[in-house]
Amino acid sequence: MQMTIVDLASPARFQTISARLLPWLTAATVVAFVVGLALVYSAPDDYQQGATVKIMFIHVPAAWLGIFGWMLMSMAALGTLVWRHPLADVAAKAAAPIGAAFTLMCLLTGSLWGRPMWGTYWVWDARLTSVLVLFLLYLAVLALWRTIEDPSHAARAVAVFTLVGAINVPIIKFSVDWWNTLHQGASVFRLGGPTMHSSILVPLLAMMAAFTLLFLTLHLAAMRNEILRRRLRTAQMMQAHAAAGA
Amino acid sequence: MNLGPYAAFIVGAYVAAFTIVLALILWVVVDRRHLVRRLDALELQGVTRRSGRQAAGNS
Repeated sequence: MQMTIVDLASPARFQTISARLLPWLTAATVVAFVVGLALVYSAPDDYQQGATVKIMFIHVPAAWLGIFGWMLMSMAALGTLVWRHPLADVAAKAAAPIGAAFTLMCLLTGSLWGRPMWGTYWVWDARLTSVLVLFLLYLAVLALWRTIEDPSHAARAVAVFTLVGAINVPIIKFSVDWWNTLHQGASVFRLGGPTMHSSILVPLLAMMAAFTLLFLTLHLAAMRNEILRRRLRTAQMMQAHAAAGA
Repeated sequence: MNLGPYAAFIVGAYVAAFTIVLALILWVVVDRRHLVRRLDALELQGVTRRSGRQAAGNS
């Protein structure tokens, strides 16, 4: 186990391993989506919500990945600040746009689900507002990466910001318990087990697995890109130094 | 499949999700092509990393 972590600490080694892993992860994602969408297609309508329950099969995975992205960035932030792992800030930077995109997907699909079910696209309830705050935090992280030119300085600033922002994760999760909200309470991840019938739960879990594989595939590819970006920056600096010395 | 009276909302949600996923995939692919092209151009100009020079020297 220790050897694996040491091996992966080298960006060059990571590039080799991830190049082998990426096609398999991509294939697994495609297969998972084919299975997930087939299950969604054959899933019955909800006895109260009718066919609009089909929005849940993309809304819940998007919500999960919005939060998962921030948790991943928080772990990477610890890697940057505590262990100074060379790939930690690469992982954090690659996760930010993906997490932001899934949070946006959660907000859009939730809004389109809310209009027919609640009679409104938006309400300032605790769950919706805390997810909007998560999206704004992602945008702030993206802005911070762009504002500070030196990647190592940017990584430390982003790591501190990410860990402070992590306080929003339990707020999102427990907002439906702590406050009176229009949004329904937890129905999948709860102590007493899921409250859904298996005909709805199975397609939902299949779609969550497919979306999670998609996140991991995109994240791995984005990490590989980020390593290339840093190589390009180093090469450009070498070229500038050579030009200045000539 | 009959989506009922709220079909527009259901289709709209899936179109939004598909568009976002497509944008993410395009971002990753286009970004990689752009980076590889710029790195190749620098290499053609003779700019190589120290590790690259060492590897070339060892081979």
